[in-house]
Amino acid sequence: MLDCAMEQREGVLCVSLCGEIDHHAATLVRAKIDARILAYEPKLVVLDLSAVSFMDSSGIGLILGRHRMLKSLGGTLSIRGVSPQTAKLLRIAGIEGIMESKGEVKQ
Amino acid sequence: MRALNTAKFNFPAKSSNEGFARGAVAAFIAQCDPSLDELADIKTAVSEAVTNCIVHAYPETIGQIYITVSLYENCTVRIKVTDRGIGIADVENAMLPMVSSGGEERSGLGFTVMQTFMDTLKVRSTPGKGTTVTMGKKITQRSET
Repeated sequence: MLDCAMEQREGVLCVSLCGEIDHHAATLVRAKIDARILAYEPKLVVLDLSAVSFMDSSGIGLILGRHRMLKSLGGTLSIRGVSPQTAKLLRIAGIEGIMESKGEVKQ
Repeated sequence: MRALNTAKFNFPAKSSNEGFARGAVAAFIAQCDPSLDELADIKTAVSEAVTNCIVHAYPETIGQIYITVSLYENCTVRIKVTDRGIGIADVENAMLPMVSSGGEERSGLGFTVMQTFMDTLKVRSTPGKGTTVTMGKKITQRSET
């Protein structure tokens, strides 16, 4: 089960995910997030993973897909609330460095 | 080596069963008293193997996925995930990082994650017949730490 709450303010869209991110859940939330990005065209999307209790490489696919989409629209993606387990996955994917994933959001 | 305890189960290759599969494996290996990190590693590896079956082995159909979890002496866990799907023609290439035939939203990291999070990984596949992924990991016994 993966819940997705979204809040937008002054060009920033904050997407808070709560639950487990696997291939099944990622497929369901991806459409919701993409629809909001296309409607709002934010300069920055903050993906908050602090309430994510499990993530596999489908989460990496979700992150990379949104990163590519935002890049093509002139926006950026930032990740926060990364657990040690998620950080391991980001390292494997080699994206720990290219996205701000350790702490607070760069405004 | 003979297993001390074994559980076998199978289920349809539906994405809604991914959580069930990793949860069932985690529940069985709980008797080895794994750490939270070890449990998370194993759940992630199982999730990757099962997702591969759903996305790649059975692209147009919903076949069965068979899982066998075995516990050996000194708390070594072996997990076998088998499908009777389309198989992989070039296993070596499929195991390379960032290689995926599953579309843009797949990171192509499934096998890399299994390799990194588990101690051993073996993939056997026959095109047209299916694939078996066998993974092993030794659970650290608390007295060892």
